[in-house]
Amino acid sequence: MILAFVETDASGATEVSREALTLAARMGAPLHAVVVGALPDGVVEQLGRYGVEVVHHAVGDAVAAFGGAAWAAAVQDAAGDAGVVVAPGTPRGMEVAAHLAARLDVPMAANVVAAGAGDPLRVTRQVVGGSVLEEMELPARPAVLTVAGHAVEDEPGDGVTATLRTFTPQVADADLVARVVSVEPVDDAGRSDALTSARVVVGAGRGAGSAAGFDATVELAELLGGALGVSRVVTSLGWRPHHEQIGQTGSRISPDVYIPCGISGAIQHWAGCASSRTILAINSDEAAPMVTKATYAVIGDMHEVVPAINAEIRRRRG
Amino acid sequence: MADVLVCIKRVPEVAGEVALTDDAQGVDARHVGYTISAHESCAVELAVRIATGTGGAATVLTLGTDDAVEQLRTALSLGCSRAVLIEADPSGFGPADVAREIAAVAREHDVVLLGNDAADTGDFQVGIRLAYALGRPVVNGARTVEVADGAVTAQVDGPDGIENYAVPLPAVVTVLEGGVEPRYPTITGRMKAKKVRVETVTPQRGPDGPGRVRLLLPPARPNVVEVLGEGPDAAKSVVDLLEKLGVAR
Repeated sequence: MILAFVETDASGATEVSREALTLAARMGAPLHAVVVGALPDGVVEQLGRYGVEVVHHAVGDAVAAFGGAAWAAAVQDAAGDAGVVVAPGTPRGMEVAAHLAARLDVPMAANVVAAGAGDPLRVTRQVVGGSVLEEMELPARPAVLTVAGHAVEDEPGDGVTATLRTFTPQVADADLVARVVSVEPVDDAGRSDALTSARVVVGAGRGAGSAAGFDATVELAELLGGALGVSRVVTSLGWRPHHEQIGQTGSRISPDVYIPCGISGAIQHWAGCASSRTILAINSDEAAPMVTKATYAVIGDMHEVVPAINAEIRRRRG
Repeated sequence: MADVLVCIKRVPEVAGEVALTDDAQGVDARHVGYTISAHESCAVELAVRIATGTGGAATVLTLGTDDAVEQLRTALSLGCSRAVLIEADPSGFGPADVAREIAAVAREHDVVLLGNDAADTGDFQVGIRLAYALGRPVVNGARTVEVADGAVTAQVDGPDGIENYAVPLPAVVTVLEGGVEPRYPTITGRMKAKKVRVETVTPQRGPDGPGRVRLLLPPARPNVVEVLGEGPDAAKSVVDLLEKLGVAR
């Protein structure tokens, strides 16, 4: 059995969870899924479309609030004698998978992009921010792996009718010590979700010049109904908040259009934006990696080019 | 008074092109140099703050060869007062091996801080495995960490907002970049760091290894960039393109 740990939000299985399911379904059958906590309406049917035969839903006080150990105990309970356990390459997916691997004393492969068949299981995973791939063997069972976000196309497979099995996992007291005790909601302006789910992202980097240099890029993002993202240097210098950072130590985005302005395109940044469908780079240096890797480019100072684009959009809209 | 251990890793400072070693087992960093992973720079900052705030001490640890003393000295110059080198070739050690070796020297410390994941191998698991080896609770991906009254409080950016954790000491916390601004070393800090004797220990046993078969570079994406123009005159072409892509209206 292959078991996929699935994260959910109000709309159902999250995007990276669906990508992980897509990879898991290709690894063999039968495919089961485990959901801990909220089970949104329609998610059992949704998971069936990916070939999931059984959805294990963990409920009870022990898993009501997130805790890495308690949630991993629930996944371990559902795993039974699974040969492979797959989790999404999100912060929570990584955390639960690492707890599971530590509890079972088996290796774990993070950020997998492809998995072969055979024994030992051989996987390919991203290292060095995705700029290098590693072939790795997972000789123990279950093989525990997480699937890198936006590296596998979300693709439902041969649909089946999934059945729901609700269970209350046995969780030891020691596994309840480190768990979320309270959550402070932050408004939309203070979170990275807007960035990771945006269809259009406008990026700004060192070329912004100062904390005051983002007005035009913010306006362009607003005009396009998108989000603003920045490079690491921008947050390191304190020009913009960290939750806006795109990159290896920030958010991974996969918008239809990414418009990086004044961003050179170091590996740290590329790690977070490589999955963008179309990249339009605006940079004064035509040799910058961001320009050479882009689909389209404008060579010029972002402080001149971006206001001109904004003006043109407003002019056409009358 | 909290005794803090902060674990760091010497990693290649890759920014542009990456080259691999001839045996395809590592990144060739001869021409780019080395640094400390970004998350761990924040962990060092938090360790020093906790030590200072509680009147305790911060010890920095790494598993590596003699070359990694460079990174230990950096942490010493930032306010750590002791340094431990587990002397081994890190390329042969998998995350479970590293966790086991850290556990062997971590028991005396109240709090162990690590980075969430290393910039090179990106395993996302050493801190959690360490917590199991020590039988301690672990908070993962913390942006802020404070110690008071025998407990660690930490904040994590979660899917529904900022999540608060409170766990009793001793505990393990892995740190994500973004919650604190790492300080820069001072001249006196550097001078002090030079005088500290780095304590060297040998691994408990040989490693099981990382399971690595080989590294490879992703296939180069053949790319021909279409330059739409230069300067503000390109604005019209840009908006034409955005309209064509269906995002300008």
